[in-house]
Amino acid sequence: MSRLNEANIKTALEIIARYPRPKSALIPLLHLAQEQNGYVTNEAMVHLGELVGVTSAEVYGTATFYEMFRFEPVGKYLVNICGTMSCALMGAGDLMHHAEQKLGVKAGGTTTDGMFTLAHAECQAACTEAPTLQVNYRFRYKVTNGDFDTLIDDLKSGKLVDEIPAHGVVARVRQRIPADRGVGAVAPELATENPAWMDGKAAL
Amino acid sequence: MTTVDSNTTAPEPVVDPNAVSVTINGKVVAARKGEMIIAAADRTDDFIPRFCYHPRMEPVGMCRQCLVEVVGPRGPMMVVSCMTPVAEGQVVNTETEGVKKAQEGVLELLLANHPLDCPVCDKGGECPLQDQAFSHGPGESRFVEEKRHYEKPIAISENVYLDRERCILCDRCTRFADEVAGDALISFTSRGNNTQVMTFPDEPFSSYFSGNTVQTCPVGALTAKPYRFKARPWDIEHVESTCTTCSVGCRTVVQSSRDELVRYQGVDSQPVNWGWLCDKGRFNFESINSKDRLTTPLIKDASGNLSATSWSVAIDSAARMLRTALTVSPQSVAFIGGARGTNEDAFAWAQLANALGVDSRDSQLADGLPPQVFSLPQATIADIDTAKTIILLAPDLKEELPVLYLRVRHAAEKRTGRVVEVSPRVTGLAGKAWKKVHVEPGKTAAALRALATDAAFTAQLASGSVVVIVGRMNLAESEESVVHALAEVLHMAPQATVLPALRRGNVRGAIHAGLTPRNGGKSTSEILEAAAAGKIECLVLLGADPLSDVPDADLARRGISGARNIIAIDTFITQSSALADIVLPAAAYGEKVGTTTNVEGRISNVAQSITPVGTSRPDWMIAVELGTATSHDLGFASYNEVRTAMILGVSEFAPATDTHAVEHDGVIVAHPTPITLTRADAASIERNSYDYRAVVSRKLYDNAIGTAKSPSLSTLAPSAAVIVHPLDVPRIGAQVGESVRVTSQRATLVLPLQESVDVLRGTAWLPINLSGSDARELLDVTKDVIDLKIEKIS
Ligand code: SF4
Ligand code: SF4
Ligand code: FES
Ligand code: FES
Repeated sequence: MSRLNEANIKTALEIIARYPRPKSALIPLLHLAQEQNGYVTNEAMVHLGELVGVTSAEVYGTATFYEMFRFEPVGKYLVNICGTMSCALMGAGDLMHHAEQKLGVKAGGTTTDGMFTLAHAECQAACTEAPTLQVNYRFRYKVTNGDFDTLIDDLKSGKLVDEIPAHGVVARVRQRIPADRGVGAVAPELATENPAWMDGKAAL
Repeated sequence: MTTVDSNTTAPEPVVDPNAVSVTINGKVVAARKGEMIIAAADRTDDFIPRFCYHPRMEPVGMCRQCLVEVVGPRGPMMVVSCMTPVAEGQVVNTETEGVKKAQEGVLELLLANHPLDCPVCDKGGECPLQDQAFSHGPGESRFVEEKRHYEKPIAISENVYLDRERCILCDRCTRFADEVAGDALISFTSRGNNTQVMTFPDEPFSSYFSGNTVQTCPVGALTAKPYRFKARPWDIEHVESTCTTCSVGCRTVVQSSRDELVRYQGVDSQPVNWGWLCDKGRFNFESINSKDRLTTPLIKDASGNLSATSWSVAIDSAARMLRTALTVSPQSVAFIGGARGTNEDAFAWAQLANALGVDSRDSQLADGLPPQVFSLPQATIADIDTAKTIILLAPDLKEELPVLYLRVRHAAEKRTGRVVEVSPRVTGLAGKAWKKVHVEPGKTAAALRALATDAAFTAQLASGSVVVIVGRMNLAESEESVVHALAEVLHMAPQATVLPALRRGNVRGAIHAGLTPRNGGKSTSEILEAAAAGKIECLVLLGADPLSDVPDADLARRGISGARNIIAIDTFITQSSALADIVLPAAAYGEKVGTTTNVEGRISNVAQSITPVGTSRPDWMIAVELGTATSHDLGFASYNEVRTAMILGVSEFAPATDTHAVEHDGVIVAHPTPITLTRADAASIERNSYDYRAVVSRKLYDNAIGTAKSPSLSTLAPSAAVIVHPLDVPRIGAQVGESVRVTSQRATLVLPLQESVDVLRGTAWLPINLSGSDARELLDVTKDVIDLKIEKIS
């Protein structure tokens, strides 16, 4: 049921075709699955395993390495508030407290309407702009309590729909590489000549 | 290239281009290019500590325990010896202060999060972590913080439990599952601070080989349910033996405590099993401890029930039964079975048969191959490693000869040889096959003959040595069809050698020992047919259960009920022995000494670890007693005498005089002068008006007594079904899972319908001897193929 849908199977096969070994496509495929369902479902992992020829356990082993893949449903908007040193010094603790009040959930929780998941994050590499947060990995800097309220209200009212897509959507524009501009998916042991990119001709 | 000086007459010494000489702790060690330092060091007395390194798996350098110093141009540098290959002139030091400090440091880190619950850990006392903490550890820890905690233990399969707190993340279990078994059902997950071995959610580590991960885990993180908390290593008695569950004959250590079997462990025997066992062979010791074992002789009383009696009464009555039958005619006496015992057991029974003049004896249950296959040029298991082509003309090795499957898989995986699968369905090795010849039953020989025009195929065959693994790939297809197919292969590859993949533990030994029809005696199906016709006065079952094991269920039933008297020698009451007039309790595996012969004809020992249960005794002894009671002195009265008589009397067993070899890697039987097979007419058998051609085979776990009486295995047997290709499902019109009617010319059964792409279109796969309707009912051993009708029940 939450295996990849028809359209995404097509996309998946396109992605797989870019790699000399199908299993190399696993990470982009996991993103595709997460985009479809908002998180990576077990059924999707089984499906990806079938598509690239590895076991579900291997898909799971790979996927769980990456913090950005979620295996439980998350809200449409995942709000990560940084709690590491610079942000902590600049009031991230208070911000988190405020956020919990505003959303009515504890850190780690999801609002009952399924709109927001609130989470702690480690340093998001924007320490000069502390305190920081990310919504679905889109940054907000020097966030005040007021900024936070506005952000939440805007997300709720749909004002930011163009800027911030639902959780799981990495980019709105899917990269399409026509076959003739691909690097040529030849397994290394079968290659007879240098790959095209070595000559600087093809797109990467 | 070396040049030869014309003035010297002595031949140039052969220089091995791969030879490398290294110095380890001042000693010069001969090594080979590509070998890792740790492997070379293992040939010296200096032990390098290790956790992840395993000589039968690819090195990964996970644990860092094997750090040593290699002297380089800028002085000594620390390397992991399991990942650093030897090089000419390399100087390695494994015991310097620096090495000691490094190894102690690694151990301290490995122990930082280790629970140190050794007193309640199954591995305590035989644990590499414990031992190496003692020999190479710092003795104390600076880590005072709270250790990492996990729920412990969790079941990752029916039989394997994982304690993540104890795990040191060495990657042995996961590597084994992926690399060796090809069942990558466990993997490292949540890599980072919480890296752990885990299955996919709700998908257990159900591998036929899971027990090997428990054996190779260097800590107590993986434990096996059948052994958990059963014994402490220092209370265990060990004897080296051979598994006789199937005919691969894996070398094992049989372990017992307080006169009860507690565990089998694999022994690394280069020619046979490389240390691996399958779970069936590993865990079925439970059946030997079963409360249901026969402990006394049983005899049918006046009311027709089996009741306990003494050995003297039982032997006298059995002898009388045999004598009475022999006065009718020696042809009215028959022996079925003998493949479950030792060579000596089989020999003693064959000698008794000779003395009584019984020619109808068969250790194969109408599911084997003609003994002539042993007279073809023979291959060994190890020949698989060097063969250029391995042709599988055999049942699914994964299901029937599991550790042989691992060997073939290894050859394919390492690309030392190419696998050709000839089979009526996709088997466990298909994914590794270079060429697949999936052909419906009745057409195999023709399909092979057609391959003679396939240039790539013939070039492959011509490229070097060829091993053909041959067995009954389909029990619904005649024995002759296999022989015909084999003849085709041997015609195309005359240099090929043959590995007869017969399944029962010691079937090859039993045949060599003489438990096979002679002087025109009858085979098992002929014996049963004769019995059904009232022509068998006395039928002796040597650990055989025709009612559940002969593929043709109807024949078995008619035969068993038609035999006037039945004497059964068995370890349990089975379907067949329940109908016997006299049942004599036999000592089981682990309760007796002897030798066994595996698929390749390797004779190796089976050892005694515990006393036989009750008054049970070895089969050979029962034969001797029956001999005495029928006034025949078989010429031996002790185990050693049987063994000597056997080696002198059976030319194949002559090499078994080398007792030391027999008790280790074994010796190969003496082969007769090879024969050649003549090709027969390879016409295809076209299907009758029925739609599906039957493919019948066994699963590893079924209702066989050794599995059924082992609680840890009995639940693993699937239930019976008829399995067709997904595209055939709509043709039948029923849903997957729904019960359908399956009809052959013999019978009609109701079975749940299942689908699998591993089944060819137009065929139906029916695994037998499972719970539910048994497909054996559909079979008729006199037919070359069995065609079926499958219908929706309206
Ligand atoms: S469970 Fe055992 S074998 Fe597996 S990684 Fe952990 S320590 Fe190694
Ligand atoms: S493969 Fe056969 S001989 Fe080896 S452990 Fe399994 S049952 Fe025993
Ligand atoms: S500490 Fe918050 S972004 Fe670096
Ligand atoms: S044994 Fe070498 S790193 Fe583990």
